[in-house]
Amino acid sequence: MSSLVISVENVSKAYRLGQISSGTLSNDLKVWWAKARHKPNPLLKIGQPMHGNVEGEILWALREVSFTVEQGKVLGIIGRNGAGKSTILKILSRVTAPSSGEVKIRGRIASLLEVGTGFHPELTGRENIYLNGAILGMKRAEIDRKFDEILDFSEVQDFIDTPVKRYSSGMYVRLAFAVAAHLEPEILVVDEVLAVGDAEFQRKCLGKMGDVAQQGRTVLFVSHNMSAILRLTQEAIVLKEGRLALRAAAPQAVEYYLASGAGQSGERLWEAQEVPASADPFRPIALRLLDKGGKVVDTVRSVEPFTIEMEYELSAPLTGLRVGIYLNSVRGDQVLTSFDTDDPERFERLTTRLAGRYVSRCRVPADLLNNGRYTLGVNASSFRVRRYFMDEQALTFNVDPAGAPGMQWAEPRPGVLRPRFTWEIETR
Amino acid sequence: MSKTLHTEAQAAEPGWDMVLRPRRRLFDLRLGELAHARDLILLFVRRDFVAVYKQTILGPLWYLIQPLLTTITFTIIFGNIAALSTDGLPQFLFYMSGTVIWTYFASCLTKTSDTFIHNTHLFGKVYFPRLAVPISILFSNLIAFAIQFGLFLVFIGFFAVQQANIHPNWWILLTPLLLLMMAGLGLGFGIIISSLTTRYRDLRFLVQFGVELLMFVTPVIYPTSAIPAQYQGLIQFNPMAPIVEAFRYAYLGAGTVNFVQLAYSFGFMLLVLILGVIIFNRVEATFMDTV
Repeated sequence: MSSLVISVENVSKAYRLGQISSGTLSNDLKVWWAKARHKPNPLLKIGQPMHGNVEGEILWALREVSFTVEQGKVLGIIGRNGAGKSTILKILSRVTAPSSGEVKIRGRIASLLEVGTGFHPELTGRENIYLNGAILGMKRAEIDRKFDEILDFSEVQDFIDTPVKRYSSGMYVRLAFAVAAHLEPEILVVDEVLAVGDAEFQRKCLGKMGDVAQQGRTVLFVSHNMSAILRLTQEAIVLKEGRLALRAAAPQAVEYYLASGAGQSGERLWEAQEVPASADPFRPIALRLLDKGGKVVDTVRSVEPFTIEMEYELSAPLTGLRVGIYLNSVRGDQVLTSFDTDDPERFERLTTRLAGRYVSRCRVPADLLNNGRYTLGVNASSFRVRRYFMDEQALTFNVDPAGAPGMQWAEPRPGVLRPRFTWEIETR
Repeated sequence: MSKTLHTEAQAAEPGWDMVLRPRRRLFDLRLGELAHARDLILLFVRRDFVAVYKQTILGPLWYLIQPLLTTITFTIIFGNIAALSTDGLPQFLFYMSGTVIWTYFASCLTKTSDTFIHNTHLFGKVYFPRLAVPISILFSNLIAFAIQFGLFLVFIGFFAVQQANIHPNWWILLTPLLLLMMAGLGLGFGIIISSLTTRYRDLRFLVQFGVELLMFVTPVIYPTSAIPAQYQGLIQFNPMAPIVEAFRYAYLGAGTVNFVQLAYSFGFMLLVLILGVIIFNRVEATFMDTV
């Protein structure tokens, strides 16, 4: 019992939708007056039917979530966008308070919600290390002590006295992560920082996190990268519509998440209210996986071609739009990215798409993917202008290897591709 | 929801370092945390100072140009054209004393009143005692004040050599107290406004000209002695009035001030400051949900 470092008890978090506050001073005064007399909020609508995690004008980002974390554990937190992952981290890192319930914490907690927080472009790398360190909760003496280590880790020694506004984005991120990685808190909260930096640096970051856990400190790790979750955590919780859906060993949690969240059915449909307003005028309707015969399936054969189709609607004409897919393995390896206007000729021809309903269809040739589970993501954007919509894990599907090259040997074959290459064997 | 009320009433449990609850108790001000954030406050001061002069050509010279130009303008308009009384003091010094001291108060108030709006990005990412930001502003402004005050002393010396009618006296020893009171008032009002602007944005616009109007009901461009008797009582309600008069009396030797008035200002300052810190702490907990 005494080794618990975090105890989250019945935590809920409600956000009021639409308007900020009740809008007018007089309404606020009414609410305040009622509260002062311990009366219910006169403006709150109650007893409305629920829909997902939206209730009346209240969005429940978290509902009655309870869990505990023991010292030295690395706990993964997974869930789809809007499931409440960020909210729980914000509460834990004290950026916002819970609406009800309570959280108990033992030890210093530090978050890497986003690296580089508080960097000032005019200040030099050295000055920013001190400023950023202090913002993250370090004392000056502590930073002095770790300065060389931070500098080493960041790999920006030569530019340490240059204002960070002259840094490349890679250098900037490395410096920022270096500061955060040397915080040495008892509890570290990490959210998607690994999305930044090159592969080499990402490996370094993951390594650093592993070190942190080995030193007996506790890590909460939120990521969309299932392979990182599997590699770094022993246990994970799955959040779904603000509720705790499952707490299990990492492999089971990942399996559960992939099976429940993303459409197992080979089809992902978007309801109007699921699409963020920022996507406008783009509205996704459906992403489907079709087999050779045009049937919606959740498993395709490695040796047969299949089709990925994205249906969407434009409420206004769009110029330069490209609609594309991300294909990743569930272990997090990126397999490929492809856009419907990849063909330069088509890109030239199809400059503007008028308002209306569209289907972008991608035919994937036979003999491409190895067996295993894959996730499909969607992206709709105008290059260097705007990203309208993105869902990195819209759909998961299986690839069945029956008939694929090398199936005569009953052994797992590493790699995400399983092409049918032409081999020649000569005698000389 | 009844559960909420229940947990709120519980005392902090032993063995845990921190308990996060929906609402803090009214006087749970976490000033201890603030004391731990000394280094952070110093670094914020440094950042503000360095960032300002790195981006300008004249750098810290601006701190001198601004009060000089204001003083000259006031001397011409209020001294020569409107011919307002200066309690028999040299006009230039009279207006300069008012400008230097008022600028400190006004900049403390206006800059701290933007605390939440300006730091949305930072506050949304990481927790540190939020009061560190407005408090660091008081110190950054103190640097600017010190530069301007130095200029003021130079002019006092210059006028003293010229045998002008000025009489610096022992009230000078009150200078730190006067600064403290101005910082407290500026901070108190500033954080109240900054807390309210998270909900009512229009208050921001009020601040700018509110401070300007406030200057006209403070004896900055005129001495208290020049106010008609029926308004004399009224102006004493303004907690800034005794501070400005005391400052002027200390360095120049003319002004209308006594300890009762100063005590009133001090009490007022404490009240505003405590109220401000309480409101600020309330807003701080959930501010990120309303932006």
